[in-house]
Amino acid sequence: MDYFNRTVETASSSSLKDIQYGRLKDLVRYVARRMPFYSRAMAEKKIDPEKFSSVEDIKYLPFTVKSDLRDHYPFDLFAVPLSEVVELHASSGTTGKLTVVGYTRNDIRIWSEVMARSLVCSGATRGDIIQNAYGYGLFTGGLGIHYGALELGASVIPISSGGTQRQLMLMKDFGSTIMTCTPSYSLFMAEEAREKGFDTKGTRLRVGIFGAEPWTEGMREQIEKEWNITALDIYGLSEIIGPGVAMECPGKEGLHLWADHFLPEVVDPATGEVLGEGEEGELVITTLTKEALPLLRYRTGDIVSISWQPCPHCKRTMPRISKIKGRIDDMLIIRGVNIFPSQIETVLMSIPEVAPHYQIIVTREKHLDRLEVQVEVAEKVFSDEIKKLEELEAKVVSEIESALGISVNVRLVEPKSIERSLGKAKRVIDQRKI
Amino acid sequence: MSIMQLSVFLENKLGRLKEVLNILSNNNINIRALSLAEKSSYGMLRLIVCDSEKAMEILRKENIAVNTASVIAVGVSDKPGGLLEIVSLLEKNSINVEYLYAFVDKSGDKAVVVLRVEDVSRAERIFSENGVKMLSEKDVKSF
Repeated sequence: MDYFNRTVETASSSSLKDIQYGRLKDLVRYVARRMPFYSRAMAEKKIDPEKFSSVEDIKYLPFTVKSDLRDHYPFDLFAVPLSEVVELHASSGTTGKLTVVGYTRNDIRIWSEVMARSLVCSGATRGDIIQNAYGYGLFTGGLGIHYGALELGASVIPISSGGTQRQLMLMKDFGSTIMTCTPSYSLFMAEEAREKGFDTKGTRLRVGIFGAEPWTEGMREQIEKEWNITALDIYGLSEIIGPGVAMECPGKEGLHLWADHFLPEVVDPATGEVLGEGEEGELVITTLTKEALPLLRYRTGDIVSISWQPCPHCKRTMPRISKIKGRIDDMLIIRGVNIFPSQIETVLMSIPEVAPHYQIIVTREKHLDRLEVQVEVAEKVFSDEIKKLEELEAKVVSEIESALGISVNVRLVEPKSIERSLGKAKRVIDQRKI
Repeated sequence: MSIMQLSVFLENKLGRLKEVLNILSNNNINIRALSLAEKSSYGMLRLIVCDSEKAMEILRKENIAVNTASVIAVGVSDKPGGLLEIVSLLEKNSINVEYLYAFVDKSGDKAVVVLRVEDVSRAERIFSENGVKMLSEKDVKSF
């Protein structure tokens, strides 16, 4: 068993606590000085940034939520001037406005380090050829893996997502040994490969690093069988840094979270109370070392449980989180893209021919997520001409697609056929069985 | 002289057509002519009934999406080339036909063609100028 940074990855619990405590103290002073958003919040809660006696004191700090980032769009939450920011990324948010994150040169170094640790944790070495089929672009997936591969010194193929034929060709010709992409894309590729007579079990692939969307143990078994590889889960989110926040080792007993940079807590999503080891709740992360956009107690929305016991397989002492068990909000992750039902609602409200009643059906066909939006035709404006209804369907499709950036199916349904509810409408029917 | 057609939006679900026909039947609405256009997930039922206003009201009450359209019903001699004359007339005057359907009058000597055209009033004028007999709402009720 190898480590990228043995000292830290196998540090005793007391020395990890020391590192965290020191960094947390510095962080609180740093944000109080540089981020009015936090200095105000701390003043309101009468927190003295100079008086922190233990890591546990973190529970007095205010939470940060996704809308805080959105409200400060694009750069108002940054703790450094833009001249110190060397890279920007963004992901979609509830109202169509992007959630923007920035990195200083040092933030990129931290990202590279935690990603390199994640790669080594999966069993990667400098000799590996990493076929990186995560999307390169505003999405953090592609570049995050890329930086980790560079840091480790492995060979990275920045092929990005899509183009299955080319993926298979390079996989064979370059002799890729590690595949990185969303789990559903790996299954989609396997299926395409089979149809084209490509031997998925005869490649040099050993390991797959999959993330950016929730997946089950069932999918893991299927992927491992299809490709004859070890399939491992990686966790991350752009607000914290991107991929590389936590990573499974081949023991597959939880994801090792790099807690010297990211301090995890699990809280009751309703009350915000900190929960104990093994209890299921919302994962909350404080970035201990980031400069451009440090976040205190960021509510990830992901449901996990946490264990602080050393890993019986790789002996890493970093805390381990379970695979993501769900979301606390209605955010959907479709082919790696975050989708909020409210984004779809906003689009529908702008089209007078449809009623603002809709339902989103998510299915997984041939291992790819499919999004169907069912929309009620508005009685007053529907036409007796099929042609006009087809035009309407096409219009709804194109407007949703341009707002969401992913393809959807639209199905027109009869007025009042979508169930009305008095409370929170059941907008999403997820049939993916994740 | 145009007449009123009801257009009913139907999801492609087992038994949906039956439900609509049931409602009409229970309320004593007689269907004079109909056509059903289909797409993969939905269909459009077009109806000419004896009492459109009443039919519309009861269908709406049952939460069925119904709309009206003005169509022209013309009598066509029940012999080869009968429909051709009508269509040629429209073509000569550049009037596009959206859809049409036909049925045979009870008396048996005429076919009735229901036409949905782009420009209803111009089509009406052309038909009357050329002596094509159009059916009125009253005719529809009696045939």
